[in-house]
Amino acid sequence: MQLRTLTPQRIYILIGYAVAATALFCAPLYLNDFRLNLLAKFLAFAIVALGLDLIWGYTGILSLGHGVFFGLGAYAMAMYLKLEASGGRLPDFMEWSGLASLPLFWKPFESFGFAVAAGLLIPALLALFLGYFTFRNRIKGVYFTILTQALVIITTTLFIGQQALTGGTNGLTGFSTLFGTPLAGEGMKHTLYYVTAVLLIAAFVLCRFIVKSRFGKVLRAVRDGENRARFIGYNPAVYQMVVFSISGALAGLAGMLFVLHVGIISPSMMGIVPSIEMVLWVAIGGRGTLVGAALGAILMNAAKSVFSENYPDAWLFFLGLLFVIVVVFLPKGLVGLFSRITFRKREESEEHEAAAAISHPAVRAGNG
Amino acid sequence: MEVLFLQLFNGISVSSILLLIALGLAITFGLMNVINMAHGELIMIGAYSTYVTQNIFMDLFPESMFGWYFVLAIPVSFLIAFVIGLILEFTLIRFLYGRPLDSLLATWGVALVLQQLARTIFGAPNVGVTSPSWLNGGLTVLDGVVFPYKRLFIIALVAVTLFIMYLYIYRSNAGRRMRAVMQNRDMAACLGVSTRRVDALTFAIGSGIAGIAGCALTLLGPIGPSLGTYYIVDAFMVVVLGGVGKLIGTVFGALGIGVTSTVFEFWTTASLGKVLVFVCIVAFLQWRPRGLVAMRTRQLDS
Amino acid sequence: MRKRVWSSVLLLVLSLSLILAGCGSNNGGTAPASSGAETASGTSSSGSSDNGSEIKVGILHSLSGTMAISEKSVHDAELMAIEEINAKGGVLGKKLVPVIEDGASDWPTFAEKARKLISEDKVATVFGGWTSASRKAMLPVFEEMNGLLWYPVQYEGLESSPNIFYTGATTNQQIVPAVTWLLENRGKKCYLLGSDYVFPRTANKIIKEQLKAEGGELAGEEYTPLGHTDYSTIISKIQQADPDVVFNTLNGDSNVAFFKQLRDAGITAQDMTTLSVSVAEEEIRGIGADVLEGHLAAWNYYQTTDTPENKTFVENYKAKYGADRVTADPIEAGYTAVYLWAAAVEKAGSTDIAAVKEAAKGLEWSAPEGKVTIDGENQHIYKPVRIGEVQADGQFKELWSTGEAVKPDPYLKGYDWAASLSSGR
Repeated sequence: MQLRTLTPQRIYILIGYAVAATALFCAPLYLNDFRLNLLAKFLAFAIVALGLDLIWGYTGILSLGHGVFFGLGAYAMAMYLKLEASGGRLPDFMEWSGLASLPLFWKPFESFGFAVAAGLLIPALLALFLGYFTFRNRIKGVYFTILTQALVIITTTLFIGQQALTGGTNGLTGFSTLFGTPLAGEGMKHTLYYVTAVLLIAAFVLCRFIVKSRFGKVLRAVRDGENRARFIGYNPAVYQMVVFSISGALAGLAGMLFVLHVGIISPSMMGIVPSIEMVLWVAIGGRGTLVGAALGAILMNAAKSVFSENYPDAWLFFLGLLFVIVVVFLPKGLVGLFSRITFRKREESEEHEAAAAISHPAVRAGNG
Repeated sequence: MEVLFLQLFNGISVSSILLLIALGLAITFGLMNVINMAHGELIMIGAYSTYVTQNIFMDLFPESMFGWYFVLAIPVSFLIAFVIGLILEFTLIRFLYGRPLDSLLATWGVALVLQQLARTIFGAPNVGVTSPSWLNGGLTVLDGVVFPYKRLFIIALVAVTLFIMYLYIYRSNAGRRMRAVMQNRDMAACLGVSTRRVDALTFAIGSGIAGIAGCALTLLGPIGPSLGTYYIVDAFMVVVLGGVGKLIGTVFGALGIGVTSTVFEFWTTASLGKVLVFVCIVAFLQWRPRGLVAMRTRQLDS
Repeated sequence: MRKRVWSSVLLLVLSLSLILAGCGSNNGGTAPASSGAETASGTSSSGSSDNGSEIKVGILHSLSGTMAISEKSVHDAELMAIEEINAKGGVLGKKLVPVIEDGASDWPTFAEKARKLISEDKVATVFGGWTSASRKAMLPVFEEMNGLLWYPVQYEGLESSPNIFYTGATTNQQIVPAVTWLLENRGKKCYLLGSDYVFPRTANKIIKEQLKAEGGELAGEEYTPLGHTDYSTIISKIQQADPDVVFNTLNGDSNVAFFKQLRDAGITAQDMTTLSVSVAEEEIRGIGADVLEGHLAAWNYYQTTDTPENKTFVENYKAKYGADRVTADPIEAGYTAVYLWAAAVEKAGSTDIAAVKEAAKGLEWSAPEGKVTIDGENQHIYKPVRIGEVQADGQFKELWSTGEAVKPDPYLKGYDWAASLSSGR
């Protein structure tokens, strides 16, 4: 269905991407260090949002457990940084907790490569494991959502309880260097920012590739009519598992970047509240569109920072009301708002592309 | 022996508290399919209503009457939460029927607003509610085994609430209409049931019961702006484990979680106990995805 | 196809959003909107914190989330101290302007806001934090950017950052003397109950060593998840263990549930002594004095502490925030922190951090709790230790006190039995 000619629309798109890319890469020029650091954090969040959008917007599964995947990635990176900061000695919190030697599972994290691999693979495998059972048992919709909340409670309680191994509520912090270069240095910060920006774009391209592929069409078919897809001969569970796992890995990647920018990870970042917030970014940006998800994450976090800085006593009112208004009146998020304004007429026909391809316009996304 | 008795009682007591916090949700979530994340905040509203009632009694009535404030606080909490539920339904929830996951996100926003509102009105620190003197003390069953009156009272309160709810839902005309709407909205509408009114009333009743739970919880726990966050996840687990849509399922769900968690907590530690309970829930749902008591349905997609 | 068209519009918005993210940041010359409500009056053009006629100071506590129940009052006390100092002509003749941020009970947020206060608002110092986790999260930021933090809450010790002043008690100013007192006065069999996080676990490690060294006996040890609200099973366990003393390091809300339910189980302070280190006047209001009557707590300050400074402090606090409000140890420590910093700045003649730290060494001030002195070596303060008993009116009666201020010893170097705890540093 895609025309490869240079229609005016296509030119607009290219201009749009170019502007966005320029804005991203020039950010160090017009933002001070603090704001650049914030923006880098938001970009990391945008990667989680992309992953969430894959499973929620495109596959119709709402996970309130992405904080866990995010956290696992973050802990993997944090363990590496902590070991580097400790310089061969026992990390400080283990000392207070009375450990005599480094626990066995910490040892491999001395290697950067292992830490990165773990930060991607552990969340992916956990998602695969959870998905294998739940999706095969056809647990879906609300039940799946509540189940992921249980996963969050289990993980956070374990991480808090095992203080000697994980740092407890304090989490892991007090990092100093990466590859021997101080994390605090300006050069390092800029490099990390660029790395994040590039990874965000890579994640975007990957998600876009998935969504546009045949695989992506089946995902939307599963979203719009799981049983219909099944009757045609697809096994929805396999598709759900794979996409859930990819989504988990993206969250893990974002977690690793988050630690590099923020310098701390604690169980509170993997709790219920951040997990719900992540979903809200996608909802507000616009589920079912990748740009919307990424934008939602960046805008929402920027709004949160700005509100809380200006109105430390009342910012929760703004934020809460914003959630309510967007969810109720803009079910397709900000992207939906724009599309309504710009292309009101043509909007209806494009809605259920994939469902139509399979058979029936069926249920709306988001009903799970 | 004594320990066994005491733990059995503790298990039942914890179950009764879980049931109380989940009953309202069993209606709003179980029957109406609204994932009401503000349920915890409705509980909080009930608790603050009790606090206000107490203060009014302290100021206006002689001291000898003070003990009776609690009797009044139960209906007051119900009413205030009921009214707030009604307002919520009217301004927000009615736009969200049939979009359960959206309702989750919107009510999350409501929860944030209500928490901050409580903080603005009553201040950030916890407030104190003095429990009435007739609920102090306990029933000595065996030597060294004391069943506190408050816990017995909560068990009784739950039983009464459950009974009234049963009568209302299964034995009254209003309840019949409610069930009709929840089971087949279009058909009920065709037969002349005002579905709008039934929806509003149902949601408000669910909220009101959350208010009662809040009132009862002032006997045992803290009363502060973030009170609701401690109970919300547990309440959902109870409803889901029990099976959405059946009141009796919620009872079993509460008993299941309550007894298991006290047993685990006694044998292991509180943290590990919590982890084990949630692992059990996840495992159980793999086995029976629809919960303990599943609604029988021939629908393929529900 | 069409989807991609409007997405181009959105990408333009993306670029706008980047600017939004940066808004309030381009501090080049314009006054940003981002620096808290109170700064609106100032001209705050640029550069360092004490330009012109004002000095900016940061206040960073949780105003929302679960920790707000405790931190809001400390925040209030610090604002009051700033106001009082301004009323007396400020510091170095300049007015103090508080820049308020909300840590939102979330540790990464504390780090973010601390960074913002130092780099954008260029505050001279920050008063803030409550939980150990929030302090640990802020510590690297303050060390990296060479900021100054005043931390007002009792904590688990084993820390001494050059960029932090600790005005709350460290372990040898609260827990260690309390345990000694309990062993001498209330019995040897001790049960340790705490919330599952860093402070209770570290505190209990210290207590266990101390029990071994001073002839106590450990009856049991139990941790409950934060936000735990049902203590029936824990209370059964305690009853079974039948200790003389319960040493309670539960946090905030859990205390309410624990004490209410302990009372319901028919256990009063006469049957079993409990000593808490996180229950102060403010918490008593939320639990109920009738429930807590007779239970013990160890602090450095009580509202009833009898000093002339405290009399005015309590009067002013009530006049400002309401007659029903109470003062408590962390509130007093926050208030003291502001005055100590102001005194150090006066002595140094500038807000330069190195100069302030130098001037703070050995600085004395008559706080509401009594005379306190800054220990130049570890930047903690000398504090008197007091054990109090809850009375029917929700206030404490002092049962015992050290009289004079105790030298802070965060690594417990002065105790032989603690040698294994502070190894490595």
